[in-house]
Amino acid sequence: MSITYLEAIREAQAKLLRDDKRVFIYGQDVGGTFGGAFKATKGLAKEFPGRVLNTPISEDAMVGTAIGAAMEGMRPIVEMQFADFSSIALNQVLNNAGTIFWRTGISCPITIRLPSGGTKGSGPFHSQSMEALYSHYPGLIVMTPATVEDAYTMLIEAVAIDDPVVYCEHKYLYYHLKADRLPSEGLPVGQARIARVGRDLTIVSYSAMLHESLTAAEKLAREGLEIEVVDLRSVKPLDTATVLASVARTGRLLAVGESFPWGGVTAEVIARVAAEGFHLLDAAPARVNAKDTPIPYHPNLWSAHRPSSDAIVAKARQLLRE
Amino acid sequence: MIENFLGSTADVGYNRPMLQTARPKEKPGIAGPPHERYFDAFGWMLLARTFEEKLASLYRGGRITGGVYVGKGQEAVSVACGIFLRKGDVFAPLIRDQAGRSAFGEPLVDVARTYLGSRQGPMRGRDGNIHRGRPREGQLAMISHLGAMISVVVGSLMAKRWRGEKGFIGLTTIGEGGMQTGSTHEGLNIAAVEQVPLVVVATNNHFAYSTPNEREFACQALVDRALGYGFEGYEVDGTDLAACLDVIGSAVKRARAGRPPQLVVASILRLAGHGEHDDFSYVTEDIRKQPFARDCLQLAERFITENKLVDAETLRAWRDQAAQEVEQAFSTAQKEPVPEGTEEDWCAISTRVLCDQAE
Ligand SMILES: Cc1ncc(C[n+]2csc(CCOP(=O)(O)OP(=O)(O)O)c2C)c(N)n1
Repeated sequence: MSITYLEAIREAQAKLLRDDKRVFIYGQDVGGTFGGAFKATKGLAKEFPGRVLNTPISEDAMVGTAIGAAMEGMRPIVEMQFADFSSIALNQVLNNAGTIFWRTGISCPITIRLPSGGTKGSGPFHSQSMEALYSHYPGLIVMTPATVEDAYTMLIEAVAIDDPVVYCEHKYLYYHLKADRLPSEGLPVGQARIARVGRDLTIVSYSAMLHESLTAAEKLAREGLEIEVVDLRSVKPLDTATVLASVARTGRLLAVGESFPWGGVTAEVIARVAAEGFHLLDAAPARVNAKDTPIPYHPNLWSAHRPSSDAIVAKARQLLRE
Repeated sequence: MIENFLGSTADVGYNRPMLQTARPKEKPGIAGPPHERYFDAFGWMLLARTFEEKLASLYRGGRITGGVYVGKGQEAVSVACGIFLRKGDVFAPLIRDQAGRSAFGEPLVDVARTYLGSRQGPMRGRDGNIHRGRPREGQLAMISHLGAMISVVVGSLMAKRWRGEKGFIGLTTIGEGGMQTGSTHEGLNIAAVEQVPLVVVATNNHFAYSTPNEREFACQALVDRALGYGFEGYEVDGTDLAACLDVIGSAVKRARAGRPPQLVVASILRLAGHGEHDDFSYVTEDIRKQPFARDCLQLAERFITENKLVDAETLRAWRDQAAQEVEQAFSTAQKEPVPEGTEEDWCAISTRVLCDQAE
């Protein structure tokens, strides 16, 4: 048997609905026989009547409604049709969900699923990665699973957590990633994972870019270079300790992200290593990000806009020469 | 069957009913208290006005940090929003709802605590002024962004329905300025889609900060939007306490009885600045002479005295009692400790192990 990243997300939601009466799913087209734009909720409305609900195209109100329900003890999962449209809900997520516990002492356990990241031909408004933006604001946990196993266990954990969770699932991984079976347990949220062991250079990455980084490491291995690859898993909280420990072994840091360059996750990783582990570095840290333009439509432009394994290899070589 | 505002009866508890909108009916010419809650309501209005006068004077004396926002002129509408709610209901008030908050059960000391930043208040110095509440008691703590609380109330009501609670409603307030945000539009629409027992009371006080109605919206009457959303809509003269109790009270009853969400649009003039920093010189003499510019508290008091419903001594006793309660609230809050930056818990989530350790 094999199960995809997307099926893992569906299975996690089925399990959550089965095990916890407080859980409901709220989003555009998630209900009925349709099961969502990507089919992440396929069949769930039938299996769990009244708990998988279509909403109007109202991202602000979808999240607002989820917040109200969560404060009254429910465990809503909001599906954004695309991460990009969550911009309409920013106010509710950042200013409402993110402030409730701090201001009132009441927790707000909502999970917002963001189908994120680029795929061929999707263009500027169906390709974005919003994790840096959500991480910037207080009061939110931001998950970026890169494997089928994490997609499954982290979503289950997201709903169990008493705080708002922004769960960034990568659309590129939906069908590309497969696993043999679903795990019953994963690493705790907030803990990064060493995805590949090496000693010459540390690449820190997450979500779909983990796989480009692993491919890059594979290519460099043919030249005898041993690259360590860290999968952050969640970008907030960010597991600085695991990153620092890796840099202590390799002396070199390359941070890779699919998002725009200015003030992103890669900038945060480098800032922390520079501030807390400057003495561990044998060379200036570097990063690879998407370009600072809207995400292009044409595959030729898109593949140049997005960090590729080749771009990572090139940057790694440069860093290793220093 | 329940009686609706038009005096007709209608079936309740059905899915997509015929919606109704109405303009206010003629006031009955009565000489007794025109509503059974009239004196209660008057008491809360008086308390709110007294409290806010004290608050404004503390502000002028430099004793309050940050802004002070009062509901002067809006007390009749506000009290009618809070007074019919009961335990198990959800109330999401906004900036001019001191009277309604008190009527719903917010202790006055919590207001003083929030303005003074007491650690024993509901917000513990983390938020101030009108941004306060105790969600566990059904008092939601507004965020500033206008319109954002409507859908939050919708969600709370859905959760109550799922849990099998009965007879509850939600009530939230908004200004005519706040009516124009996208968030309000989405919130009203989703409330009707979810068919929750919600009352939205919109107060047109003719200015959003300094912007007059002509630059806020172009429709003839805001209440006409009710039909477009799938709400039932009613208008009320917000200077008239009896009318407010009648119209908002009926809307609350209808919501409890399972009718579609209710929109009430009240008309008044804001009789103070947007905040106490604002001299509201943009409100012209002409506007101040309009019928909607009358002071609801003065009108109610005149009604009471002219109809000899209460003697002067009783009125004075009510006033003294209000003043005493206000003094008590401030003197209690003033003695309480304020938060200290060095002792504060700077973790914004409840799952402490997941607090990010960035500096
Ligand atoms: C979305 C949003 N934009 C701007 C503001 C700043 N602001 C606070 S109150 C206010 C005026 C609100 O007018 P109205 O809704 O009519 O209520 P009123 O103050 O008249 O009671 C403004 C512009 C805000 N709170 N929210």
